[in-house]
Order: sequence, then structure tokens, then C-alpha cells
Amino acid sequence: MLEICDLHVNVDGNEILKGIDLKISKGEVHAIMGPNGSGKSTLARAVAGHPDYEVTQGQVIYQGKNLLDMEAEVRAREGVFLAFQYPVEIPGVTNAYFLRAALNEWRANRSLEELDAADFLELLKEKMKLVGMDPAFGNRAVNAGFSGGEKKRNEILQMLVLEPKLAVLDETDSGLDIDALKTVASGVNHLRAPERSILIVTHYQRILNYITPDFVHVLVGGRIVKSGGKDLAFRLEEKGYDWVREPASAGEMES
Amino acid sequence: MASREETITRKGDSKGNHYLSVCESFLAKIDSRDPFWVQTLRQDALARFRELGFPTTREEQWKYTNVRAIQEANFEPAPREALPKIKKEEVEKLSTCPLRWHRLVFVNGVYSKEFSRLSDLSGAFHVGTIQDAIRTKPKMLEQYLAQCARYDRNGFAALNTALIQDGTFIYMAEGKEFETPIELVFLTDSERGNVMSQPRNLIVFGRSSRATLIESYFSFSDDPYFTNVVTEVVLGDGAVCDYVRLQREGRKAFHISTTQVEVGRNSVFSSVAVDLGGKLVRNNLTVELTEEGAQCDLNGLYLTSDDQHVDNHTLIEHPKPNGTSRQLYKGILDGASTTVFGGKIWVHQDAQKTDAHQTNKNLLLSEHATVDTKPQLEIFADDVKCTHGAAVGQIDEDSVFYLKSRGLPEAKARQLVSYGFANEVVERIKVPSIRAELNQIVLERCERQGSGKAVAS
Repeated sequence: MLEICDLHVNVDGNEILKGIDLKISKGEVHAIMGPNGSGKSTLARAVAGHPDYEVTQGQVIYQGKNLLDMEAEVRAREGVFLAFQYPVEIPGVTNAYFLRAALNEWRANRSLEELDAADFLELLKEKMKLVGMDPAFGNRAVNAGFSGGEKKRNEILQMLVLEPKLAVLDETDSGLDIDALKTVASGVNHLRAPERSILIVTHYQRILNYITPDFVHVLVGGRIVKSGGKDLAFRLEEKGYDWVREPASAGEMES
Repeated sequence: MASREETITRKGDSKGNHYLSVCESFLAKIDSRDPFWVQTLRQDALARFRELGFPTTREEQWKYTNVRAIQEANFEPAPREALPKIKKEEVEKLSTCPLRWHRLVFVNGVYSKEFSRLSDLSGAFHVGTIQDAIRTKPKMLEQYLAQCARYDRNGFAALNTALIQDGTFIYMAEGKEFETPIELVFLTDSERGNVMSQPRNLIVFGRSSRATLIESYFSFSDDPYFTNVVTEVVLGDGAVCDYVRLQREGRKAFHISTTQVEVGRNSVFSSVAVDLGGKLVRNNLTVELTEEGAQCDLNGLYLTSDDQHVDNHTLIEHPKPNGTSRQLYKGILDGASTTVFGGKIWVHQDAQKTDAHQTNKNLLLSEHATVDTKPQLEIFADDVKCTHGAAVGQIDEDSVFYLKSRGLPEAKARQLVSYGFANEVVERIKVPSIRAELNQIVLERCERQGSGKAVAS
């Protein structure tokens, strides 16, 4: 599905990612954990194609194609989805209008007919139920005046509507209370499928109680310093990130 | 320096001012049976116009809007006898409003009975023309006409007042509610000459009455013309007025509007003013919250391109306590267009507990477009809640990336962001058919302008 080789990324001229290697196969759920400033979100945004994140070295192969050659919108249409850490407010554009436009772009790319407003609303209502959103949110402007939790639910809603092949969740758990976290996690689990891969970027192990990862990677200082199974997350929770900062464990592969 | 002297000479020289002679010949021909007070009003206004002339850019309020082109163009009133031949279907097509609505249509400033519809009007209120009211309702008219739109400081209002004849007079009796909106439609076909129209509207809301008004301007030709409209709205206690102003003049048109509103005790005036057309546009909107508990909610949207110039000046007066005012004006500028926003909120000494907010936001799609914005608060009371702010910027790149990350192409993402920016104002139109129509217009305009890539700041 996704193969990242020796990825270096600069932001404002500073090198944030210093050689990332990561392979995600179909159907796998990977978690990237790391302390603040380690480059987790940079990795997520670089995969989505944010123009401020400049790739200086390395390559990213997605479904056999060079992902870095694609504009952000092409990546999206090819099935890459980023759930934003800070979803953007778009005043004056309703959620329903925006999502239908996005879905129809995706459908057009697959030579499928456009969904009309009525059919789309049916679909939207059904997906909204999955993330516990009031249907009224369909007529509200995208994220405008939403609470932190509502914004995150809205990200998951978009993901459920667009049904990506590779979903990248950037700190989707931050700022969520336990109920919202459960709903968001169940939305993600709903999407879990043999043909779909998920990359969860998080600071805390908490969300991994609800979405069990196949692999956990620890990112420190722009490099993956440790990889392992789901147990790695628990050990990190216990011992803190200082534990992996020990030079001896850097790059060590467990399990 | 030379031009300054020239302006001064012109102001003092009545023979040199084409518009003074227009007024003089109008007054010479006008029906001598008009009540004495109307004749006096016109004469007084003419005298004042002679003194004031048109404003110049040396006046603070007109610093960014130069109206010399109007002065030099020598526009003429359209001949009443030979109005342009416009087909009724074409007029009907202009409005998406249901045909059952009351509609007064003016062509080149002159009332058209053929295109208007004033059905089922009971005696509890009056909807008609100023011209008729001068003859049939002079007492009622005298009580209100030119009482709130003062012409002593505004040359354009003085000119309009000197030429009072055409326009709308609406009087809503106490407690009366108009179910369907009333449309005032002003059409101009200037193909056969440099026409000017001087509509005058007076709308009086009796105590606790309620209505929606839609004032719109259209053009049937691509030639220069000049519209100089004055609208007075008086709201009695507890009245509710929803006002939509839709300016879609031709691209060579000069449009000057003066709207003066008086809001009574616990009354609410809400307006949405949209400017899409015109070459040079200046809107003066003054709202006076004359009694306690009066409220106003003023919204504006201007979409400009090419060499358009659109200037909105608003003044909200808070003379009494517990008044509430809200104001949101937004603009999207493309091409080499220029826009001006001058918004003043005046909170008088007695106006305690005033709650006033004002915002002006501008989106620049081109590096050649210019915005001058000046929000102003003058506060003389100490227990008030007032805020104001202005912003000028380009399309937010984070928003564009967000939309692109969902699969929307770059151009569409930009269109959607600017559409949303404008739609925030359109959404405030309470009449569904007008809102839907404008929504569509805005969407199409944004699609056309959408190419506007952000310019480096």
C-alpha cells in the first residue's frame, strides 16, 4: 500500500524528518507515536501533500505509484485521506455541499455518475449516525463554530463518506473526552478492512485501547527509533518517551 | 492645483452646472397644482444643491470616491413620453420572485403601470407612487417626506429632492403585516441617450407593522447612465422591516444611493445590500436608532472586477439607551477594482447599554485591486459594549489545502472558499427565493473569478 524510503522533509528551511523508512501493507493499522516536536504531524502532512512541507530526499510509493509526484487533490482522489489535527473552518459552505462536491470529484475520477442531492443526503445521514452526529450538522458551515470534539467527528465523517484506501489520522484523539474518543474510534474501526490501511499518529496510547494497531513505531527527532507490536504502546505509556531516547535502543526492531 | 481651482469655479457657477439647469427646467414645467409644500421643498432643495454642488475628494467622506465623471457626463432625465420599448416577459424574467408579489416597476426612473402589480391592496395601507401620493395623499406624505433624508449636507440628496416626482410611497398602518414581500424594481435602458433617473422612495411603518422590501436595480443596455436614488424608511414602535437591496446596474452606470432609516422603540431594521454592477457606486446608509430598544442588523456584500468602484458608507446613530446594532460588510475584489468602506457608529452620551458590533472583511483575488476601509467608533457613553474591525486579505491557503486534501481541484477549492466568504452574507437574506437566486449568482461569479490565485503579499 505505502512504502516510505529515507524520507527527509523540511519546513521553513528546517529539516524535521531526517530519513523515515516505513512500510504499510494492505489491511494493516500502524501507529506512529512520539513526543511533541518529533515530526509526527510533519509525516502525516507530507503524505497528504501539504505545500509547506518540502520533501528534500527519499521517496514515497503508494500503490506502486510515486506519491510525491501527485498534487494533494490527486492523492485524495487516489484514496489518501488525512484527518487533520486542526480541521479548518470554511464559513459559508455547508458540510453537505462540501462533502457532496468532494465525493463527486472522487466518483468522477472513477467514471461513476454524480450523486444527486437526495441520494447524497441519504448516504450522509447514514454515515452521520455512525459518528453520532446530529443531521443538522449537514447544513452547518464546515467546522465553523464547531467544538473541538465536533470537528474531530466531522473529520471521521468525511473519512466514512470518502472511504479512502489509506487513512492517516493526525492526533485525532487529542482534545476528545472519553465518549467522543469511543465514537471516533468506532468510526475508524468501521472502516477497517482487508483492502484498507490506516496510519494513526498520536502522542498518547489512549486511542490504541480502542483501535488495536498491528504495528507501533516511535518517532523521535525526525527518525523512527523503535518499532514493534501493540505492546510497545503500553510500554511507552508506562516508561515515557525518555526510555526510547536511550541511544542503545535506537533503531532496534522488536517482535 | 489647477483642477482644484476649476472645481471651485464650477461649484459657484450655476450656469456651468448642467444639473442645476435640469432642475430649473423641471421646476418650470412641473404641475402647478402640486401642493405648496412640495413646491417649496423642491425650491429649497434646489437652493441647497446650488450651494453644495457635488462633493469633491477634499471632503473626508468622499476622499476615495471621485464623482467628477458624473458632473462631466451631463446626464439628462429620460423623456417621459418616449420610454424605451421593453417587453413584459423580459421584465418578468428579471425577478425570480413569485408573480403574486406586489411589484412597482420604474423604467428610466418613470413608473410603469404596465409592468407593475399592485393587486389586493386593502385600505389599511397604501402602496403607490410618490407622484400619485402628492395628489391623493398630500397630508400623509407631508408628515414624512424629506423629514429623515436630509439634503442640507448631501448634494446628491439635494438634487434628488429638488427633482422629487417619481418613486414609491408605502404606508403600513398600525399592526399591519405584509405576508408577501414588496418589490421595487428600477430598470434602465440608456441606449438612446445619457439618461439619469432620480427615484425617491418613502416607506413608513406604523406601530407594530411588519414587511419585507426588495429594492433592485437592473440595466437593459450597456451604455452610461446615472441613478441617484434616495430612500427614506421610518419605523414606528415595535415595527419590523426586512430590507434587501440588490444593485445590478450596467457596467457603465453611475449609481449613487442615499438610504436613511429611523428605527423606533423596540423596532428592528434588518438589511442585506448587494452590489454586483455599476462602474462607480456610492451607497450612503444611515440608520438612526431613535428610541430605546431599537435594533438594526446591516449586512453588505460587494463583488467587483475590472475597473469597478464601489463605496459603502454607513452611519449608525445610537442616541438612546439599550440600542443594538450589528454590521457585517464583505467584499471580494478582482481585476483592478476598488472598494471603499467607511462605517461609523456614533454612541451618544445618553446611549448607555448600547451593544454595537461592526465588521468589514475583504478578499483580494488580484494584486491590482484596492480596498480602503475605515471602521470608526465614536463613543460618548461609558457603559457600552462596542467592537469593530476590518480585514483585508487573500484566500486562506490552509482552507485551500483542506479542500484539496478532500479531492477538490485547486481552482474549485479557491472558488469554494470565496463563495463561502460571500455566502455568509447571502445566508442572511430571509426571503428564500431571493436567497437562492443570489446564492446562484454568487456561485457563478466565484466560478468566473475563481482563477484568482493568491498574490504574494
